Amino acid sequence: MVGLTLRNTGKRYGALSIIQDLNLDVRDGEFLVLVGPSGCGKSTLLRMIAGLEDITDGTIAMDGRVVNDLPASKRELSMVFQSYALYPHMTVAKNLAFGLENMKVPRAEVERRVAEAARILQIEKLLDRKPRQLSGGQKQRVAIGRAIVREPKLFLFDEPLSNLDAELRVQMRAELASLYARLGTTMIYVTHDQVEAMTLASRIVVLRAGKIEQVGTPQELYTRPQNLFVAGFIGSPKINMIEARLTQGNDGLEATARGFRPFRIPALSTTDTAITVCVRPGSIALGTGAVQAEGTVRLVEYLGNETLLHVQLASGQILLVSGKEQGATKAGDTVTVGFELSDIHYFDSNGQRVEPLQHEGLLQ
Amino acid sequence: MRRFITRNAPGYTFLLPWLIGFFLLTLGPILASLYLSFTKYDMVSAPRWVGWDNYVYMFTRDRRFWKALHVTFSYVALAVPARLIMALAVAMILDKGLRSISLYRAIFYLPSLLGSSIAIAILWRQLFAKDGAVNAVLSFVGIDGPSWITDPNTSLYTLVVLAMWQFGSPMLIFLAGLRSIPKDLYEAAEIDGTPAWRQFTRITLPLLAPVIFFNLVLQTIDAFKTFSSVFIISHGNGAPADSLLFYTVYLFNEAFSFFRMGYASALAWVLLVIIAVFTGLAFLSSKYWVHYENERD
Ligand SMILES: Nc1ncnc2c1ncn2[C@@H]1O[C@H](COP(=O)(O)OP(=O)(O)OP(=O)(O)O)[C@@H](O)[C@H]1O
Ligand SMILES: [Mg+2]
Repeated sequence: MVGLTLRNTGKRYGALSIIQDLNLDVRDGEFLVLVGPSGCGKSTLLRMIAGLEDITDGTIAMDGRVVNDLPASKRELSMVFQSYALYPHMTVAKNLAFGLENMKVPRAEVERRVAEAARILQIEKLLDRKPRQLSGGQKQRVAIGRAIVREPKLFLFDEPLSNLDAELRVQMRAELASLYARLGTTMIYVTHDQVEAMTLASRIVVLRAGKIEQVGTPQELYTRPQNLFVAGFIGSPKINMIEARLTQGNDGLEATARGFRPFRIPALSTTDTAITVCVRPGSIALGTGAVQAEGTVRLVEYLGNETLLHVQLASGQILLVSGKEQGATKAGDTVTVGFELSDIHYFDSNGQRVEPLQHEGLLQ
Repeated sequence: MRRFITRNAPGYTFLLPWLIGFFLLTLGPILASLYLSFTKYDMVSAPRWVGWDNYVYMFTRDRRFWKALHVTFSYVALAVPARLIMALAVAMILDKGLRSISLYRAIFYLPSLLGSSIAIAILWRQLFAKDGAVNAVLSFVGIDGPSWITDPNTSLYTLVVLAMWQFGSPMLIFLAGLRSIPKDLYEAAEIDGTPAWRQFTRITLPLLAPVIFFNLVLQTIDAFKTFSSVFIISHGNGAPADSLLFYTVYLFNEAFSFFRMGYASALAWVLLVIIAVFTGLAFLSSKYWVHYENERD
């Protein structure tokens, strides 16, 4: 196991800057997930840690030792590629053993570790097959097996499940979680599937255009997103963002948002008058709530355990409303939607989170 | 049947020029030469049927035939591996270093275009002459080189070097093969701590095997048929001392110097069989060392 320290780390291709001035501490033994939109530099960052991409700015250190110039082979880590990167001309057993043979591990030990990995991943029956004779899920297991046998100090995964179908992905996700529980090795995992991120991570790093937007546990990111980007990125269905104007009334702050009846909010730690009020679809109810608006149901998506309503307000904005007790609602119905003040996330005009000043005022 | 003809008539019409060419200029002469190989024919009087005489004479009494075989086989055994190694080495350098620069690829292909030309053969004769450029360079380091081309002990090697220099087309094929090996296999190997040499022997070579095989067959056939450069360099008769008596040169001599057309035809057919046997052997052996990615089993 190993801790990782990134200090002012950056990556440039000529004038093009992909990663900028990144500071991050990966704790020993944690499962760190990197998420972010496509092209934000997740793979690049992972490959910099792996040693496949050189670091153009700052440092990366493992257990306090700067590894910028240490070749990939010396970093004692394993990487699982999105494409699996299995050697097509070797059997599964050979694929698993290949790295160990490089390390001059004794024959008996190689066989022991290969057998052990095959047992953990339930690929014992596949050891004599070539990669082309395997299904996607089986290939993925072999790829993970190849990472395990080396008994690395650090695992790197680049979207390892993205080529699998939905069902298999759920299954492999659970297996990865139990693998992590068993090994306890530090893992860095890239994905843009936020369910994977939420379920697997000890902590999540949200990246955007080569910069860190927020680092935190899944709960922290969900309950206290630090900015609008994270609020919109974490959570499915996506959070509702409502633009509001603040005016100072006689008895506190009054907010006006198009489509909503004006509502009073507690004092905020900002003097901005244009803010964004965010509410998760699950926090919006029909017919009740301190903040209310009228709207027309445009679309009803029945998801089994819950129903997702697309409600269009007078302003034209669509609010997503999810809940269990909306089965009777039909498209075209006129409804009143509402939510409580305590469910609101406030963001200032720069998109940064702001907190209400008196918490007791929230609880009515 | 009629529908088949009307429906496909345009296709066959377009094929016609090629078909005429093939039957008149290729298949016709091939069959004619097979017939001639059983005759004695001097291009003046009509061919006279002699049965297997030409072949019997060739294998039992013709010492120059055996000499030609020896020279040709030596050449094939040296020139084919030399050219393939050269081609692969250059392809790997281009693949690693100059991935996007296509101009370089064109430049590297140039020798192959020039290599088979008469001019280069003449140039070669100058380069490796007693007072040629090669010896001039060698004299700087104090070596007094022989007259490479006219010394029977070294003349064949000058042609092997010439063959090496014509690495262009197998190189392009190797380059395409190298490009088709996924980059992440090397990255995985890199992380696995695989030394460069082992990456080459355990990943590059096996995955390149189909391409190596293709080049091997093509270059072997090509080497057996080497003619124009040898013809120039050996003054058209296999000199010095028959050390450059390539099979094709011998065949040419029999046909057009001595007008033994029947015998030359027999020689040509034996060469054809030799090439066929080698190609066949290559294919038979391939299943032990060539791994095809999309092979079904
Ligand atoms: N060799 C390169 N030269 C220039 N730009 C590059 C190079 N490699 C990657 N990039 C750019 O770097 C950015 C980040 O790429 P990266 O592959 O890290 O994204 P990602 O977050 O992994 O995206 P995805 O989710 O699609 O895999 C992209 O905009 C990409 O175009
Ligand atoms: Mg990526």
